Amino acid sequence: MFDYNYYLRTSKMPLIWCAGCGDGIVLKSLLRAIHKNGFTKDNVVMVSGIGCSSRLTGYVDFNTLHTTHGRAITYATGIKMARPDLKVIVVTGDGDATSIGGNHYIHAARRNIDLTVILFNNQIYGMTGGQVSPTTPRGKKASTAPFGSFENIFNISGLAIAAGAAFVARTTVANPVQVENYINKALQKKGFSVVEVMTPCPTTFGRRNKAGDGVDMLKWQKEHSVTIKNAETMDPAELNDSIITGIFVDIDKPECRAEYQKVIDQLKK
Amino acid sequence: MKNSSNTIEIISGNEACAMAALAAGMRFYAGYPITPSSEIAEYLSSRLPQYGGVFIQMEDEIASIGAIIGASLTGVKAMTATSGPGFSLMQENIGYALMAEIPCVIVNVMRGGPSTGLPTLPSQGDVMQARWGTHGDHQIIALTPNSVRESYDMTIRAFNLSELYRTPVILLLDEIIGHVNEKMTIPAAEEYTIHQRPRPASTENYLPYKITPSGVPPMADFGTGLRYHVTGLAHDETGFPTNNPDKIQELLLRLDRKITQNSDDIIEVEEYLLEDAEIAFVAYGSAARSSRHTIKLLRDSGIKAGMLRLKTLWPFAEKQIAHYSGHIKTWFVPELNLGQIAHEVEWAVRGRVPVFKFNKINGEPINPNELHQFVKETLHV
Ligand SMILES: Cc1ncc(C[n+]2csc(CCOP(=O)(O)OP(=O)(O)O)c2C)c(N)n1
Ligand code: SF4
Repeated sequence: MFDYNYYLRTSKMPLIWCAGCGDGIVLKSLLRAIHKNGFTKDNVVMVSGIGCSSRLTGYVDFNTLHTTHGRAITYATGIKMARPDLKVIVVTGDGDATSIGGNHYIHAARRNIDLTVILFNNQIYGMTGGQVSPTTPRGKKASTAPFGSFENIFNISGLAIAAGAAFVARTTVANPVQVENYINKALQKKGFSVVEVMTPCPTTFGRRNKAGDGVDMLKWQKEHSVTIKNAETMDPAELNDSIITGIFVDIDKPECRAEYQKVIDQLKK
Repeated sequence: MKNSSNTIEIISGNEACAMAALAAGMRFYAGYPITPSSEIAEYLSSRLPQYGGVFIQMEDEIASIGAIIGASLTGVKAMTATSGPGFSLMQENIGYALMAEIPCVIVNVMRGGPSTGLPTLPSQGDVMQARWGTHGDHQIIALTPNSVRESYDMTIRAFNLSELYRTPVILLLDEIIGHVNEKMTIPAAEEYTIHQRPRPASTENYLPYKITPSGVPPMADFGTGLRYHVTGLAHDETGFPTNNPDKIQELLLRLDRKITQNSDDIIEVEEYLLEDAEIAFVAYGSAARSSRHTIKLLRDSGIKAGMLRLKTLWPFAEKQIAHYSGHIKTWFVPELNLGQIAHEVEWAVRGRVPVFKFNKINGEPINPNELHQFVKETLHV
C-alpha cells in the first residue's frame, strides 16, 4: 500500500473539496508520481494560485506556497531561477492558469523554464461558485452564463504546445493510472511541462448542466475520452464532444535556467 | 567584486540605486522595462550574472513582483524597479509580500500620471499609491532620496529595513533624482552595515509566523529543510489559513505593530536650519532640493526659513512635525502633485499653525524662485 500520509499534512484534513470533486484523485496521483521519482520532501516546492484546486498546497508536506490568483507561475519562476536545484511544481486551475494568468502560462512555456504544471481543468470557476471559464464549452451553463456560454474555448494543451512547452499531455481523473504516468513523465522532463487533467466539478458545473454527481461525471469522461492516436483518424465533427487524451509533445530543447547558467559561467572565464 | 576602496564617479540616481543594490547583497532582479526606470534594469542585466546572481526580464510587472517574492523565499535578496503604470500593476502582490512577510525592494521612479501620463517628466504623484495602493489595512515603508548619493544610501537602507522587518520596502525616486547626474564617492563596504533577515536559530518547533516581541518572526529559506506553508490568506502562527477571529486580529495587529512600534528606527528626517526658523518647508525628493534653494533666497531677504525633509515618507513623521509646530509659525509643503502629503502634514499639525501647499503637476520641476515668490506673497512680505 502506498503511504499517502507520509506526504500529507493530515492535521489539516478534512479537505475543503466537496464530495465527488475530482481534485482528490489528482492529488493522489501526484503524490504517487512524486514518490516514484524519489524526490525528497525538502527539495520539492509546490506553488499554487487561487481556486479550489490551488488549495492543494495546504495539504501536502513540501515547501508550499499559495500565491495570488493567476500568478503561481511567476512565483515559481522566481524560485526556479534562484534555486535551480529544487523541484518546482505548480498546481493551478483552468481559470487561474489560462484566464487571469494566461500571459504567465504562455511566457513560461516560451522560456521553457523547468517547471511542472498540473492544470486542473474543471471547465468552471469552482471556488467562486461556478462562473464561466475560458474552458466552459459553448452552450454549457454557468452562474454568469445562465443561457449557456456563447464563447469559444481555449484548448489549454494546445496553448502550451504553441507557446513552446517541452512536454504536454492531457488525461482525465477517470484514468488515475494515466494521470500518475503523465505526471511522472512531466516531472522527469527538464523544461516546461504541463499535464492537463480533466476533473469534474459536480457542485458548480455538474448541477447546473444536469451532468449528475461525481460518479456520473467520471463515467461521462470515460465514455468520451478518445486517444490522440484514434482521434487522428477521425472526422473532427465526430470529436466535438470528446476529450482527446495522450502525450501531445515530448521534446528536448534549451531550458531557461540552464541557458542563464551558461551566461554566468561564460563570464567567469 | 565589492568596492573595497572609495572611487569617485559621475552617475545618475538610477545607477546609484542599482550599484547600491549589489552592495546590499541583492542577487535577484526581475522587471519589465519602463521609462524612467529602465537604466536600473539595464545596469543590473550586465552586472548580476557577473556576481552569479539572476537577472530576468519578465512578461509584465505583475510577473516581476511575483518572481522576486518567489526568489526571496529561497533566501536571496530580491528587487524590481518600475514607474507609475507598472507600480499600479504590482499592487496586489505588494499586499501579498506584506501579508506573507516576504522581504523585497520595489523601486518606483515616479513619472507624471494618471495613466500613461508623462513618461519622461517628473512627478511625485505616487506617494499615496505607495501608502495605500494595495487593498486592506497595512503599514508600509517608503523612502524618498533627494540626491544621487542618497539614492545609493537609501537603497542600502531599503534592503536593510526590508530584511529586518520582513516586509516589502518601496523606494520612491522622482524622475529628476533618477536621471540627474552627480559626482559621488562610492562608499567602501566598511562604511555601511548590511543586515540579513532573522533566520530560525533551531529547527525544532519552527513557527513561521511566531508572535515575537519585535513582531518579526524568524524566516526559514525554502528548500533548506524546514517545510512550511506560505499563503496570502489570513493565517495563524503556523502559516496555515484560519477563520478564527482572535487569530486574524492577532496577525493583523502584529503586522501593524512591527512597523509602528519600530517607527523611531524607521523614520528618518533631515532637520535643516530649523533651530532659528520661523517658517519651514516639509518636503521630500526633488521638491526638497528646490526648497533648499528657496531657503537661501528667503534667508537672504531676512526670512528665517528651514526645512523638515522627509527621508522616510512612510511611516509618516507625524511626531517630528507636531514637535516643531508652534516653534515653526507656518509650514509650506511644496510637492509635484496636488497636495498628497500636505494633507498628512495638516493632520500632524492639527490646526496649531497654518499649512500652505505649493503644487506643480505640469511636468516641470519646482523653480526655487517661484516658490520664493509664493512664500513671500503668502506671508505678505
Ligand atoms: C485578482 C482576483 N480576482 C478574482 C478572484 C476571485 N477568484 C478566486 S478563485 C477564482 C476562479 C478559480 O477558478 P479556477 O482557477 O478554474 O479554479 P477552481 O476553483 O475551479 O479549481 C476567482 C475568479 C481573486 N481571488 N483574485
Ligand atoms: S466547487 Fe467544484 S471544484 Fe470546488 S471543491 Fe467543490 S466540486 Fe471541487
